[in-house]
Amino acid sequence: MTWKTMTLTGWGRTRRAEVAACRPERAPAAVRLLQGRFDRGILAYGLGRSYGDAPLNDGGHVLLTERLNRMVSFDPDDGTLVCEAGVTFDDLFAAFLPRGFMPPTSPGTSFATVGGAVANDVHGKNHDRVGSFGDHVLWLDLVLPSGEQVRVSPTERPDLFAATIGGVGLTGVILHVCFRLRRVASASVEVRERRMPDLDGFMAGLAEARETAGYSVGWIDGMARGAAMGRGILETAETAPTDPAGTAAKAPRKRAVPVDLPGFALNPFSINLFNQAYYRRVPAAGRTRTLPVRQFLYPLDAIHDWNRIYGKRGFYQFQNVVPDAEAPAALRKLLEAISDARAGSFLAVLKTLGGEGRGHLSFPMRGYTLALDFPRRDGVEDLLARLAAITLDHGGRVYLAKDAVLDPAGFARMYPRLGEFRQVLDSIDPDRRIQSDLSRRLDIRGAVA
Amino acid sequence: MSAPTWLVLGASSSIARAFALEAAAQGCNVILAGRDRDDLDHGASDVRIRHNVAVAVVDFDAEVVDTHDAFVGEVTGLSTGFGTGPLNVFLAFGLMPDQSAIDGDPDQAQRTIMATYAGAVSVLHRLAPILEKQGSGHVVALGSVAGDRGRIKNYVYGSAKAGLHAYLQGLRNRLFRSGVTVTTVKPGFIDTTMTWGMPGLFLVASPQACARACLRYAAKGAEVRYFPAFWWIIMTIIRSIPEPIFKRLSI
Ligand SMILES: Cc1cc2nc3c(=O)[nH]c(=O)nc-3n(C[C@H](O)[C@H](O)[C@H](O)COP(=O)(O)OP(=O)(O)OC[C@H]3O[C@@H](n4cnc5c(N)ncnc54)[C@H](O)[C@@H]3O)c2cc1C
Repeated sequence: MTWKTMTLTGWGRTRRAEVAACRPERAPAAVRLLQGRFDRGILAYGLGRSYGDAPLNDGGHVLLTERLNRMVSFDPDDGTLVCEAGVTFDDLFAAFLPRGFMPPTSPGTSFATVGGAVANDVHGKNHDRVGSFGDHVLWLDLVLPSGEQVRVSPTERPDLFAATIGGVGLTGVILHVCFRLRRVASASVEVRERRMPDLDGFMAGLAEARETAGYSVGWIDGMARGAAMGRGILETAETAPTDPAGTAAKAPRKRAVPVDLPGFALNPFSINLFNQAYYRRVPAAGRTRTLPVRQFLYPLDAIHDWNRIYGKRGFYQFQNVVPDAEAPAALRKLLEAISDARAGSFLAVLKTLGGEGRGHLSFPMRGYTLALDFPRRDGVEDLLARLAAITLDHGGRVYLAKDAVLDPAGFARMYPRLGEFRQVLDSIDPDRRIQSDLSRRLDIRGAVA
Repeated sequence: MSAPTWLVLGASSSIARAFALEAAAQGCNVILAGRDRDDLDHGASDVRIRHNVAVAVVDFDAEVVDTHDAFVGEVTGLSTGFGTGPLNVFLAFGLMPDQSAIDGDPDQAQRTIMATYAGAVSVLHRLAPILEKQGSGHVVALGSVAGDRGRIKNYVYGSAKAGLHAYLQGLRNRLFRSGVTVTTVKPGFIDTTMTWGMPGLFLVASPQACARACLRYAAKGAEVRYFPAFWWIIMTIIRSIPEPIFKRLSI
């Protein structure tokens, strides 16, 4: 197998890694590869849709999973699918939506892989209803750091299973995933949009939606201040009983951003204009529309490589979750910190999450999750540190799939099951053959015992 | 009329895998043939699950020509079992050892020729009467820019592909009379395990793009095509360098 020297980045393009990369095309080749020698560790890389450094291993080795993307078996009676880890959500929709099945839950991009979805235990707009991706996994085939291939599930090596769900790739390379697809009556959703005038109203709207709606998500104007702080649009949706005439399950059209935009293209002024327009797009009385489900789930996928609009320096995404009880105080402080910093953020996403995931390092907890982008400007790291501190004060946590700046102490306090995770890793990977920029930055493995 | 069937010879390669998926996406059935049974079985379930078409796997070894009669028999049976649609052939196999490995072990030259050229002639020659009888259909075979001119870097492989090019010309001439098209596709750099990590490559095309192009050429009944098309210019230049100069070069 040939190793190719290349530069990889996370989706935010703030972190780069020079790696030796291989791209096996068949599962047995991947198993053999892991038996090699690696001075600075090896790590699986899906499609790099994590924003920070979770999929990076600067100066080390990386195994690209994109060509390990075969569907292995499918049972149309109960929707059980076994596929290789490089299969994307886009693949799943293309193959199964015409047959009335959908992935049980999905992140906000269809260009993530199933392996990446497991490794970050991703959540969607239906988390209150169905939990995160890991909740739907029946079993996994994993190549351990030793090169040994094992099957893990909630009953077979449950500790290793729990370490792998949300384990940011550190337990080995996931080869196959078995999970159940969800049956749907149509390829469309009925979406209801309503204006939410301020933060309190928004939180009340979300609290009601989590009990009643199939999907819910809020878009907040991150630049609004004073009484309007926290205003935005609440979207709730249900699967439509049938597809409206003339809309087949066709894949949406895609456009691309051809070049990096110059840094000044996004400034507080242009972003403010955009955010205002977004708010006013929805009439004061609200509106209801029927949309293709992919357009609803993946609004950003319509523009390929949209991360390039942030220019060469890239951008950070911040996402945290705070428990229900702390959310009113915490969200107010977070939004104040953001608007004070005038850091210029497009729409922020505010959603509820239903409960804890199955993994030691699963991100979700019952509470409110806030996510927003910041163009990388001088001083923005200070703002991110401030947001992390507020999150910690209120018993919340920061999402590793998005993070690039957290420190080891903060991380350890946010993830109380870290001790269990470390124990599993010490037993399966004593020589620390799997490493990432994230694992080193956050000292995930801890001191050598 | 029911859907056509594509027989994919050498179905484990990246281009062949992409081709089988693209053909199935267009509603065709596929028969995957090759040596790595395990991999073909995985490829077959992938095609079947994604596209809901009929898929079969048949063992095929280009070098073992005395199995080819039985192989073609099995393929014809499967194809008729799929329905009345025509049988089409996509030939994607070949063996390209490092020229240095061949120089150290001339037996490798023999194997390269068997797998790349003689095996291809053997199987295509057995399929030809079936295609003639059906009176329609397409053959697409992957040639190589290496077959356009012998070069120090891979002239054994190149000579086998050159032979294949000439054979395909003749086959085209023959099958044209019964309404069957024969297309020779000469790929440039395609993003496969073969080119992964090769220094100094430019404009590498994806296997999917190559596969789509092959299907397009077949539908049009094209004769010879470079993919990507600009390779035609590169190869025209390379072919036109006079031998006294060419022999001093190491391109
Ligand atoms: C526009 C956009 C919207 C998003 N919305 C959401 C959202 O709503 N909810 C949410 O939860 N996330 C969301 N994300 C984040 C994204 O879903 C996750 O980062 C996801 O893990 C990316 O998958 P990937 O295949 O690109 O993995 P990568 O980013 O390449 O890798 C992610 C991690 O998975 C590991 N990994 C990947 N493949 C394997 C494997 N086969 N075996 C072992 N480890 C592996 C890597 O080592 C790394 O640690 C969004 C991202 C984008 C760009």
